[in-house]
Amino acid sequence: MFELSETHDMLRSTCRALADKELAPKAAECDREHRYPKEQVQKLVELGLMGVAVPEEWGGTGLDNLAYAIAMEEISRGCASTGVIMSVNNSLYCDPVSKYATDAQKETWLKPFASGEKLGCFALSEPGNGSDAGAARTVAEDKGDHWLLNGTKSWITNGYEADAAIVFATTDRALKHKGISAFLVPMPTPGLSLGKKEDKLGIRASSTCNLIFEDCKLPKDSMLGEPGFGFKIAMGTLDGGRIGIASQALGIAQAALDAATGYALERQAFGAPIAKLQAIQFKLADMATRLEAARLLTWRAAMLKDQGGRYTKEAAMAKLAASETSTFVAHQAIQIFGGNGYVTEYPVERHYRDARITEIYEGTSEIQRLVIAGQVLKAYG
Amino acid sequence: MALPFADLLTEEQKLIAQTAEQFATHQVAPSAAERDRTHTFPADIVQKLGELGLLGIKVPADDGGSEADMVSYGLVIAALAKACASTAVTCAVCNLAADVLSRFGNDEQKKAHLAPYLLGKSGAGSFCLSEPGAGSDAAALSTTARRDGDDYVIDGAKQWITNGGYAPFHIVFARTEGEGRNITCFLVERGTPGLTVGEPERKMGLRSSNTVPLVFEGCRVPARNMIGDLGEGYKIALAGLDGGRIGIAAQAIGIAEAAIDEGVRYALERKAFGTPVTTFQASQFAIADSRQELDAAWLLMLRAADENARTGRSSKASSMAKLWATESCGRIVDRMLQLHGGYGYVEDYPIERLYRDARVTRIYEGTSEVQRIVIAREVLAAHG
Repeated sequence: MFELSETHDMLRSTCRALADKELAPKAAECDREHRYPKEQVQKLVELGLMGVAVPEEWGGTGLDNLAYAIAMEEISRGCASTGVIMSVNNSLYCDPVSKYATDAQKETWLKPFASGEKLGCFALSEPGNGSDAGAARTVAEDKGDHWLLNGTKSWITNGYEADAAIVFATTDRALKHKGISAFLVPMPTPGLSLGKKEDKLGIRASSTCNLIFEDCKLPKDSMLGEPGFGFKIAMGTLDGGRIGIASQALGIAQAALDAATGYALERQAFGAPIAKLQAIQFKLADMATRLEAARLLTWRAAMLKDQGGRYTKEAAMAKLAASETSTFVAHQAIQIFGGNGYVTEYPVERHYRDARITEIYEGTSEIQRLVIAGQVLKAYG
Repeated sequence: MALPFADLLTEEQKLIAQTAEQFATHQVAPSAAERDRTHTFPADIVQKLGELGLLGIKVPADDGGSEADMVSYGLVIAALAKACASTAVTCAVCNLAADVLSRFGNDEQKKAHLAPYLLGKSGAGSFCLSEPGAGSDAAALSTTARRDGDDYVIDGAKQWITNGGYAPFHIVFARTEGEGRNITCFLVERGTPGLTVGEPERKMGLRSSNTVPLVFEGCRVPARNMIGDLGEGYKIALAGLDGGRIGIAAQAIGIAEAAIDEGVRYALERKAFGTPVTTFQASQFAIADSRQELDAAWLLMLRAADENARTGRSSKASSMAKLWATESCGRIVDRMLQLHGGYGYVEDYPIERLYRDARVTRIYEGTSEVQRIVIAREVLAAHG
């Protein structure tokens, strides 16, 4: 029951080879220059990794969410920035469009995105609300023949490169979170401007910016799902997104563990490789064990999603475990490298910076704990 | 108990888990606190486990066992441990002894010793590897078995022998001629002259299980009681340990399941500052961390069991499962005791016993330190 199928195993090898050959060698340079990894993303497109779980009839690859999790980990192992670009397009853009769009909308808003010809982004957070998504202040006014969008969205991954965004805005403030709706917005479009590119601690090769809507007109058929469905769409999307980010965190952690293991075998101290020292062995053992535990939690969440059941709690557990494991493993990897871990000649300082975000976005570790506790307490009635 | 991934189990695995859970809830749990307080061995429960086929869970049907797999074994131990950790370890060692006899014993040995034992009619078997001077470093054992005519004469001392006072036979590892790993496995029957069973240890936890030292002084055993071949003992011991670690991981999982049940139920009732303590984020986070860590432990344990069932080996996976399950169990019982406040520190609530029972899981069947050595060795080897 814990063996991967042949399809999954092959996908894993393919993605791993791609990551080793095309992503890892360029990751440091893209990070240093804050440069979007355009050619690398193109390689992902060629392998069908931008719409892994989207049905083939809508431009995707038609695999399952376990396949997506596996691919995300391997890609992120090569380059965490490329991983998050892939994750946003798959989990946060294609997944909700695939689930809630009409067939007519899908022709425009799904097909070219799932195939990777175009890139999507997801606009939920605002300057004044992140984890508390129900407090959205962006407004969509019904002007009869169009919607009028006003407000600012923050932390939008892929903002500079995206060809469309899913934007959450309130259509009826009195209803609070039940008054939020989702909209499909082309990019660029009049009335939408981009804020400055954020200068981030990590995942520097991916772009992050504000989307500023000032009297941005949208056609009437721009709404995704029913009016007032926005919050539900957002929460459901984040459940899936958490599997993506968990997988990203696993990839970063695996890269850090691999680097640390290799270094421990090479580096001499007191006349022997430091891998001979129990202090180092115990770090490696704890890193590997936590990583394996987090991976099993992530795959379980993906399998539950594939079976069509509820997986909110399991996705939160996966995201919590994988992200905290990632920062732990990256931290220990630097420790094993010593001073060499602190300089950019070696990859682990980048892994350390890249890992940090996984505990924050798509729901902080604190939010994951609230979700898990809520579900556990509910089960005890 | 609700398994965190019942979907991954086969019907047979689910059925055996349900059987064990029902038995544990109705026949084991009610007496757990009293047996702990009075240090009473669950002799009647062992007999009933035999009747249910749970003393030889993996033993082939031809040998009188239930012929289930390692996953089922893990599920049974976890279900028993949720009710009573002492009963779980008693059952685990019974199974270990049965497995050794079934896998490595000859027909004559099986007929004489295994058949009645599996029915629960003769007691609880023991596995005698540790010594006063050799615990984690099992290969360093110093008990000797010297050939003398048709017999072997065993001299030495064995330590921490679970079930030792109630065993109809002991599986004993002793050094035969030569150095290094020249270790051989013997079956020593209860009451053999020269074998003395010591006083039960007075333990912090697992007080309803029996732990004794054994002393062998010129203990004469017929050569036909050798299990496996001369010098094959270390291999037999190691084969037992992979599965043994899965069993202890499962035991820790069962203890932690019980602790979360107790902690959450208490927290839902208990009020502070005018509201149930579950409304505080501090309590919620303790519950969330515990549940997440325990789900991961389940998955690691079942993964190791599955690998063991498919390939016969699971060294790294078993060590990871044992390390993670026992260490997270330690954290979980601590958090759940904390949720109880002062009530967690008194015998009126089961969490006090669970806290004591949890501690040994990080020590026996290979300490956490030994598990880390095993895991690191494999991680480094895979890189090389």
